[in-house]
Parts: sequence; structure tokens; C-alpha cells
Amino acid sequence: MLMTVLPADRPTGRLARRNPVTKLAATAAPALVLMVSLDLVTPAIIVAVTLVALPFAQLRLRLLLARTRFVLYGVVTVGLVNAAFSAHPSGRHLLDVGPVHLTTGSAHAGAAIALRALGIALPGALVLASTDPVDLADSLVQQLRVPAKFAYGTLAALRLLPLLAEEWQVIAMARRARGIDAGRSPVRAARLFFSQVFGILVVAIRRGTRLATAMDARGFDSGLPRTEARRQRVGAADILLVMTAVAIALAAVLISAAVGAWRPLVLG
Amino acid sequence: MQDLKFNPRPRVRRGWRTVDVVVAAVVSVAFGVVFWAWSQLYTATSPAFSSIPPVQGLMVGMWLVPGVLGGLILRRPGAALFCEFVASIVEMLLGNQWGTTNMLYGFFEGLAPELLFALFLYRRWNLPVALLAGGAAGVADFCLDWFYAYPTYSIAWLTAYGAAVLLSCVVIAGAGSWVLARALAVTGVLSVFSSGREQAAV
Amino acid sequence: MPGARVELRGWGWRHAGRKAWALRGVDLVIEPGERVLLLGPSGAGKSTLLAALAGLPDPETAGDDEGSLTVDGRPARDVRLGTGLVLQDPETQLVMARAGDDVAFGLENRACPADRIWDRVREALVTVAFPYGLDRSTTDLSGGEKQRLAIAGVLALAPRLLLLDEPTANLDPVGADLVRAALTAVLAETGATTVLVEHRVEEALPLVDRVVVLESGGGVIAAGPPARVFAEHAETLAAQGVWLPGRSVPRRRSPARPGADVLCAEGVTFRYPQADQPVNAPLDLTLRAGEAVVLTGPNGSGKSTLAMLMAGLRPPATGSVRSAGRDKPLHQWRARDLAAAVGTVFQEPEHQLLARTVHDEVALGPRLQGAEDEQRVDELLTRLRLHGLSAANPFTLSGGEKRRLSVATALATRPAALVLDEPTFGQDALTWSELLGLLADLRDAGSAVLAVTHDLAFAEALGDRQVALG
Repeated sequence: MLMTVLPADRPTGRLARRNPVTKLAATAAPALVLMVSLDLVTPAIIVAVTLVALPFAQLRLRLLLARTRFVLYGVVTVGLVNAAFSAHPSGRHLLDVGPVHLTTGSAHAGAAIALRALGIALPGALVLASTDPVDLADSLVQQLRVPAKFAYGTLAALRLLPLLAEEWQVIAMARRARGIDAGRSPVRAARLFFSQVFGILVVAIRRGTRLATAMDARGFDSGLPRTEARRQRVGAADILLVMTAVAIALAAVLISAAVGAWRPLVLG
Repeated sequence: MQDLKFNPRPRVRRGWRTVDVVVAAVVSVAFGVVFWAWSQLYTATSPAFSSIPPVQGLMVGMWLVPGVLGGLILRRPGAALFCEFVASIVEMLLGNQWGTTNMLYGFFEGLAPELLFALFLYRRWNLPVALLAGGAAGVADFCLDWFYAYPTYSIAWLTAYGAAVLLSCVVIAGAGSWVLARALAVTGVLSVFSSGREQAAV
Repeated sequence: MPGARVELRGWGWRHAGRKAWALRGVDLVIEPGERVLLLGPSGAGKSTLLAALAGLPDPETAGDDEGSLTVDGRPARDVRLGTGLVLQDPETQLVMARAGDDVAFGLENRACPADRIWDRVREALVTVAFPYGLDRSTTDLSGGEKQRLAIAGVLALAPRLLLLDEPTANLDPVGADLVRAALTAVLAETGATTVLVEHRVEEALPLVDRVVVLESGGGVIAAGPPARVFAEHAETLAAQGVWLPGRSVPRRRSPARPGADVLCAEGVTFRYPQADQPVNAPLDLTLRAGEAVVLTGPNGSGKSTLAMLMAGLRPPATGSVRSAGRDKPLHQWRARDLAAAVGTVFQEPEHQLLARTVHDEVALGPRLQGAEDEQRVDELLTRLRLHGLSAANPFTLSGGEKRRLSVATALATRPAALVLDEPTFGQDALTWSELLGLLADLRDAGSAVLAVTHDLAFAEALGDRQVALG
């Protein structure tokens, strides 16, 4: 169910205690390196190191699985479509059906792309599974000087997610109750969908307006310098985390280049 | 009770009001739900079919609605970027296959219509501008897909995919957002925004 | 700190884009520490007045004002940090994910030194008898608990003027009692000047010492001690939809025996997707022609879910709901056939609105059946007092008008059964009585009626049979 995806409890464990903004910075390093690398070795190293580091993060397994389930599905899809629709099928032919040409060469390319996608997405999933949204908002305001209006305004809106998910289903039921369903017609399905989008937007905007009123009534737009009930700090361990991530990302590229595997991204 | 300041006169703000931020964010959260339902809709029809890129391309437009619609509703610099970016974060929180990459997509898919609205100096909010904004978002999405998801594609596939994305974005994100914004204005829920106050006094 | 003094002189307000004034010529003085109950018909501008007292309307965009409105001799907007506001909807007053953080939110906004915040948060939570710790997830709270948390958030700011806009209207009776108890404690502690808007006068009276009655589009028409105002203006107030203390509710039980079975549920349970256990034990329920069944039970007992199962809108996990004479379970019917057999009225009327005008909204059902029925549309619009509004956009109607419209849409296809989820929720006494009369008439004419409600007076007045879920 959609509404159970957001964790109600504060995440715990070693990684959960790190500063949210520095955690984001730590995931950016491998992501940037992988965006410009197309070979198999670079992402393989990064994925391997991430997996080895997993036990040290002390994450709850259930949360992590909830976060990575969809990622794995996406990774496999990306690998398959790249293998199947490759521009330069080479090597031995494995499968030829219509437009699909699967060769050893394209399978290798597909695997590389899939690992690359995994290497970008996996560290991000770790950060998500170990970060409380409130901590993230606090950290964005305190470390990155993001305006409180945007950080807490967005956080407050996020609270409405389960409610809006529920209302989406009620709006669908209400349309059926009025005598409208899609049947087998895709055109009617599309019209029905847009009508539901409209319905949820009306509800969302009304609630958003009321929420903003309640926030301003408690002085959110007072213009006073806000104090902070919760402190987010950057410590030595946080800096070490970022430096380690940068080191791993660079090492992955260097090792890949040293064994002659590194292939920078060239489009086309 | 002396530690609370009661008297400073709240200054008159320029830029975003609380209601602008919160409504933009709630609309984005609603689209997190919409995206979830939309992907259910088309994976339900046929997983194999929907994995063929050009077909997938026809569905893309829905993901680019929040940026264009956010711009049309709020009519403020930054609204398109903010809405698309926040919607992508919500979608990521709900769990989708792109993980954190989703934020990167959201940023550029919001930046494109934002620049388009800026090109018209945030003064034109009519249908042609909405169509162009949808198209701009589509170009951004296509480039990201090319870069991230389909770097090994042949030119033929890329062309077919790109055409599908562009068509989808102009129709769903462009025209769709414009229709939604108009329909919302008529209901009165946008009365605190300039987009909702265009009708004559009633 | 003593309460604030409120003074209005010839004050008026017009919303942006409107020609008519929402309020005009309001003269009113509220002395420090005084507690005022503000009454008036829906649409009389009570909420508008509260928002203005809170200094909330955006001076650039929200509308025009005339006359003067001052709090402690200054414009309300300048002293608004000393004003607390509690609104009706529990869902849109909380900001943060955890209870303690939410109370702290206002203190942070007002630059309360960080080391003093948490003591004040704890004190405020104790005063409203909040039953959980600081880390309690705000999403997991009941409506009444959410309202008490919102009150704590206001209390922590030590307001001098407290504005309460129907704080219990969206709550079940138990939750509403607890919120009123919390308000009593807060008023005793702060001594703040208080303005309360509330339809249910009887429950509100212990909280106030003066009553002020507003007129739609006008000013104050009565003010004084509650007993005197109610004695002198009983008829006016009743006509405005105010729930006067001691007014009796008409009983509309069916004089006849129930007729044939219309809808039959056998052994139904409901399970959320991906949940292991069903929400409820297997249930049997039969709706019969000419009988009104009332479904009661605490929040979370599954009464709304059961109503949606009976209406064929959710698939049951086990068992089935069938319409008399047809084998196919109701949830598998085509929407068109379902709408002709069962009319459903949702708790939130906006969820079921689809058309651009009130007329088209009512005409939609018959049109989808392939039988335009202008006569039926006219009849319903007249019966539900919506005729003057037939060209209006449904979303722009007032709460009571939307409720009547949603009932009209459900009746347009002349269904044999009518299912309603909390039809009286948040309605004033006028709409309440109208709904009671309408549903009783339908039942007497042979319809099967199922109403989910936590409104005990409504259940008592209408229910030929009461089913309590626990």
C-alpha cells in the first residue's frame, strides 16, 4: 500500500546518526563518476564496496529492502532494453526476434549499463533508508542555509501524503458510484484518469491553503530570525564519510583505467 | 513569557508567501500519488509492451505536468522548477526504479519549462506558452534518458523514442496542464493566486 | 499576561474579486479576558472575521476593508504574534511529523531561545492532556488528538487573544468532549480574550460568557449574555441554522414494516492490499425497502469501509454483496448499472463532483443511463433548494449547498438503495433537519437507506434499525 512506504519511526543505526547533508554529498561522488563512465569495471567496484560497507551502516533490513526493491527492478529493465536495442550489436548472436538483436557484445553493454544504474541508485537508497525527513529539513536549513520557508513548507506538505493517497482511492470510488468507469476503452481510461487528477488537485490546493494559514497563524511568516529546537551538526565522522566516498569513486576510475577497461561516455 | 517577541511589525514580504510554498509543495505531493497511479496504469496494461522505449515515450508527458502546471498556477519565478523537483523527490520517497537519479531528472525537467517561462518574462501564461513549456520539458527528459538510460541506442530507436516523448509532453504536459489550470481557476480554489483572480468580479 | 482588547468600528470586509461585502458595519468591543461565542448563518462571515482578528489576510491581495479593527488599539496584523488561532480541519493544522516538534514549531517561529523551547512544549502538552510522548507520530493520531495537539501548539505561545473556528466540528462525540476539556484548561491557564465560532451552542456555552450574533453581509444584530440572547432571538437563530440549547429533534422512524430485501451482504470481510489480516470479522447485513439502517461505531471500527462494500465500490476479501434478483456480486457490476441501483453519498461532497454547473451535475447520472430526465433534475433542484444555483460551478458552493448537491446527484438515477457516509458531518442545524426530512421521505416512499454516522441524535431520529460496530 502506498501509504505505508514512508517510515513512521526515526531510523536508527550508525549511518542514521550521520549528518543528512553530508550523506547526500557522499552519494554525489560515485554518482558523478558513474554518469560519465560506460564500462563494466568502474560500477562493479563501486557496487562491491557499497555492498561490503552495508553491514557497517547498521540499517534495518526491512527498510532497506523496501527502498531497493524498485531500484533492482529498474536496474534489470535498463540492462535488458540496452542489451536488446543496442546500436552496435557485436560478437556472437544469442537471439534475433524482430527488432531485438541480442549478442554477446550487447549483453556485455547491457550489463555495464545495469551496474552503472545500480551504482548510482544504491548509495542513494542507503541514504534514504537511514535519513529522517525532519533531520534532512533541519540539516538543509542549518548547513546549506536553505530558506526555512521552503524546507519546512515542503516538509509540512509531505505530511499530507498518506491522506492524499487515501483520497485518490476515494475519488476513484466516487467516480464509479456516479456511473463512470473506463471499461476497455483507453480513451475513456485517459479521460477518467485526468478527471481524477483534477479531483485530487482541488483537494490538495484547498488543504495546502488551509495548512499555510495555520502555519502563518503560528508566526511562520513573522520575519523574525527563527531559533532551532533541534540542532544538526557536522562532525569529524561526517567529514570522514565524504572523504571516503570521494576516495572510493576516484579509486574505482583509476583501477578501471589501469586495467584498460575505462570507457568514458560518448553519446550516439 | 518575556522571551517571546510580540511586537515587531512583520515586514512586508516580496517573493514567495507561505501559501505559495505550501500549495506548490502539496500539489507536488499530490503528483507523487498521481505518478504512482499512472505507472500502475501502464505496467498493468502490459509489462512487455510498456518496456519498448517508443511506447514508453508516449506515457512520459504525465511526469512533466507538475512543472508546467506549477508555473501556470503560481505564476512566479522558480515555481516550475520547485514543483517538478519536489514531485520527483516525493516519487522517489514512494519508491520507484530510478532511486536518487529521480531528483536529477526532476531538476532538469523543471528547469526546462522554468527557462521557457522566463523567456516570456513570466508575463505570458496562455496555451501556446504552455505547449512550448511542455515541449521544453520533453527535450530535457529526452536528453536525460539518452544520457542515463539508453546510451547504447541506435539512431533509429532514439528518433522514434524522441518523437514519442515530444508528442506526449506537448499534449499531456503542455495542453493537459493548461486545461487543468483553467478548470482549477473556475472552482475558486486558486483565489489567493493571480491565476485564480482573472475572472470578473462575482 | 492579561487578555487583549478587541475593538471594531464600522468594520467591513470584501473578498478580492467579489462585489458583495462579506461583512459590513460591524461595531463590537470585546474587553480583555472576555469570552465570546460568535453566531450567525453559514456564509455570514464568521471565519472571515476571525481571520481578520488574527491579522492573517494578505493586505496586498486578499480584499478590501473599511472602518477600523484594532487589537489593543493597534491594527490586528501588527500584534498578530500575540494571537492564537485554532481551525476546524485537524488534518491541516499540524506541520511536523512528530508531536513535540509540532508544538515547538511556533516557538521557533517566534524566536524563543532554543534552551527554553522543550520545557514549554512539555507544559503545553500536559495542559491539553496529550496522552503520548514527544516522539509520537502526528499521522497516527485520531482527529481529536490532532486538535488537542494543535491547541497545545497555540497555548505554548501564550496568546493574549485566542480565536477558535469550529474546533470540534469535524470530530466524533468522544473526541469533541476531550477537546472542549482541553480548551477549558487552556482558557483557565491563559486568561486570554477568546472568540469562539461553534454551531453546537449547548456544548459551547460552558466556555463563554457572551454571545454575539452576526447577520449575513451585515453587522452585529444581537449581543449579550447567552440566556438573554437566546430568549430574545430564538426564532432568528433557529432560522440561521444555530443549534439552540434544549431544542427537541423530530423523530422520523418508519411507521410501516420493512419491505423486500434490496441489498444483501453475506460474510463480508475487507482487507487492505498487501495486509495479511482482514479489517473486520465476517459480517452479514441486509438492507430492505422502506427501512433506514444506521451504522455506528468508534473511529477505526470499519463502518465507512462496510458502507463502501455495501455500495459495491470496494471488493470484499471474502463473502459477497448482492442485489436482490441478481447473481453477480455488486463490486463486479459495470459502473453504469451500479449507479442505477445504488446511490452513494460520500463524506466529502467534493470527491464526487464532476460537472461544470450544478444543473449538469445532477443531469449527469440520468444522461449516463442514456435517458435524459429534465423533469427529475428540476424536481431535485427544487426539492434541495438548489434551483437558484443551477448555473453555478459546483465547487464554489457553500458546505451545506455542496452536501445537498451530492445527495441530489445520488438520487438522480432513482436508485432503490441509498448509502451515505457521515451525511451530517460539519452541517448546521438547518441542513441537518433538511437531510433528516429528505432521507425519511425517501425511506417512506420505499427506498432502502444506509447511513454511517457518529451523530447520535441523527441515528436516534432516523434509524429504524441500528447496527453498532465495535
